[in-house]
Amino acid sequence: MNLAVSARALTKTFQNGGVHALRGVDLDIRYGEMTLLVGPSGCGKTTLLCVIAGLLDKTDGEVTMLGQRIADQSARDRVAFRRRHVGFVFQQFNLLPALTAAENVAVPLIAAGHKREPAVKQGVELLARLGMAERATALPRELSGGQQQRVALARAVIHQPSLIICDEPTSALDAVTGQQVMQLLTEVSLREDRAVVVVTHDSRIFDFADTIAHMEDGRVERVVPHGAPARRVATPT
Amino acid sequence: MHFIALRMLTGDRAKYLGLIFTIAFASFLLANQVSIFAGIIKRTASQIVDVVDADLWIMDPATEYIDEVKPLKETDLLRVRGVADVAWAVRLFKSLPRITAPDGRFRQAILLGLDDATLIGAPHGKLRLGRLEDLRDPDAILIDYAGYRYFWPDGELELGRTMEMNDRRVKIVGIVDASAPFATFPVVFSRYSQAVLFVGRERNQMSFVLAKAAPGVAPAALAERISQATGLTALTGDAWAWRTMKYYLKNTGIPVNFGITIGIALIVGIVVMGQTFYLFTIENLKQFGALKAIGVADRTLVGMILLQALTVGVIGYSIGMGICAAFFEITKHNLPTRGLVVLPEAFIGVAVVVLAIVIVASLLSIRRVLVLEPAVVFRG
Ligand SMILES: Nc1ncnc2c1ncn2[C@@H]1O[C@H](COP(=O)(O)OP(=O)(O)O)[C@@H](O)[C@H]1O
Ligand SMILES: [Mg+2]
Repeated sequence: MNLAVSARALTKTFQNGGVHALRGVDLDIRYGEMTLLVGPSGCGKTTLLCVIAGLLDKTDGEVTMLGQRIADQSARDRVAFRRRHVGFVFQQFNLLPALTAAENVAVPLIAAGHKREPAVKQGVELLARLGMAERATALPRELSGGQQQRVALARAVIHQPSLIICDEPTSALDAVTGQQVMQLLTEVSLREDRAVVVVTHDSRIFDFADTIAHMEDGRVERVVPHGAPARRVATPT
Repeated sequence: MHFIALRMLTGDRAKYLGLIFTIAFASFLLANQVSIFAGIIKRTASQIVDVVDADLWIMDPATEYIDEVKPLKETDLLRVRGVADVAWAVRLFKSLPRITAPDGRFRQAILLGLDDATLIGAPHGKLRLGRLEDLRDPDAILIDYAGYRYFWPDGELELGRTMEMNDRRVKIVGIVDASAPFATFPVVFSRYSQAVLFVGRERNQMSFVLAKAAPGVAPAALAERISQATGLTALTGDAWAWRTMKYYLKNTGIPVNFGITIGIALIVGIVVMGQTFYLFTIENLKQFGALKAIGVADRTLVGMILLQALTVGVIGYSIGMGICAAFFEITKHNLPTRGLVVLPEAFIGVAVVVLAIVIVASLLSIRRVLVLEPAVVFRG
């Protein structure tokens, strides 16, 4: 089967202090699925995401993303590859405070060289699909946490990436809002040709997962099919 | 990405205005102090540059600057006239007599005695009131406007008023806008024959010879030839003005004084401007990190930061220069600051300084952004 991400004996050691954040990770992430990466704080989840996405260099082992060995690419190619093929959702949203919601959504398009106006227009349309039509011209500080994360969701998918990486997307939100965001994430991001990875230690969202990978102390200990019982609507975009 | 860069810049109104204010203030201070410095030094040569009808100044070799003059001998005038290509040469007398108003107020004045026949050296085109020709009347003088206002601060300008110059009666026949002198003395013009009477008896009284080159003859070359032929110092008006200004630069504390102010403005400007911009970028580091993670190329980020730097630089500089121009527009109507104007070189110099500062500051910021691990955006 064609894998979106495949890691073998992947290790990552931080020089300062000799922290072994990843101690030989083996993990497959499949297209068309939502994979949850769960485990206690400090077990290496974020580090693993960063290495997969090419934001951090691996120390040893193998990792391929979307058929590419990121480690073999030049820094410039790596950035371009990420820009085209990866979407990010962060725990702290990381929206640009000076841009409106729609403009924030449009950033990946603009970064890829699209003209500002059509890009922002696309952003408005996507926000409308996320139930944010009225808030498209609001600044991030005028939005609630849940609304900001919806903007971040839109930004993560607008450029049609093949891999979407979410780090604790619901940790800064209350339970109900977290459920809504996960539902929306499912609706706008899941497609046959796309993989979604969500790092979380929020057990209330486990039921959105097709697969759950349990991490502990720098290793993936178990990978369990979960069947996504919470997924009410599966409307591929 | 340009609009994103500009939005990031202007998004935080307070920081943005702070940046602009800092740059505006520092550039104003720099341009202003440099201009005033240049203006004050230029004043030392005011009596030289106001002579517009002669090409050359001839003086005793011992004369270093215009305010301390060793007189020439009468024969020196004839020797200058004898040099080929000298179209004409006339006397000029300069002295510092005391001038007294009827109410007893007195001041030291700069007195220029002009050749009786030609009135060469007269303040052509600078007459505010009266006529040059009236200088031929008995006891006639022209006085500069600032000097006149010292004695009669209020009321209409009035010709025909009498004063005393070293105990001799003189009559004001004209009021001129002479360039402001370095010392704040009134500037007075009279005929040569009369001027020498105002001051003590000396055998040699001719301060300078003013000369004109024949048509088609380069004044500088002629100056050279006069010097060689007569052993006197002969200079073009420009060269003489520079020599006088250099004397003051070398022998007074003025450059040190202004140097300190300008130096402080420069240091404060560099530190505060650079620091403010640097901090601005550092505070936005997380935003740049997010852009890096999303896949914005380093080259694009560099362009964004440079655009931000240039934008605040240009706006701040323009405001600073606007304030500076307004400052001189206002002060030029005050007598003590008359003639102090914006120095174009200062505007250019400050532009270079501001550009250098914002570029250095942005390079430092850029370094921080380039070494930034995009992975930081995953941390709380
Ligand atoms: N830049 C870094 N330098 C040094 N140690 C780090 C760095 N980033 C993470 N670590 C360490 O690596 C381990 C894994 O961190 P992380 O991947 O953030 O865990 P998780 O996301 O599962 O909470 C932790 O012990 C953390 O302190
Ligand atoms: Mg983490």
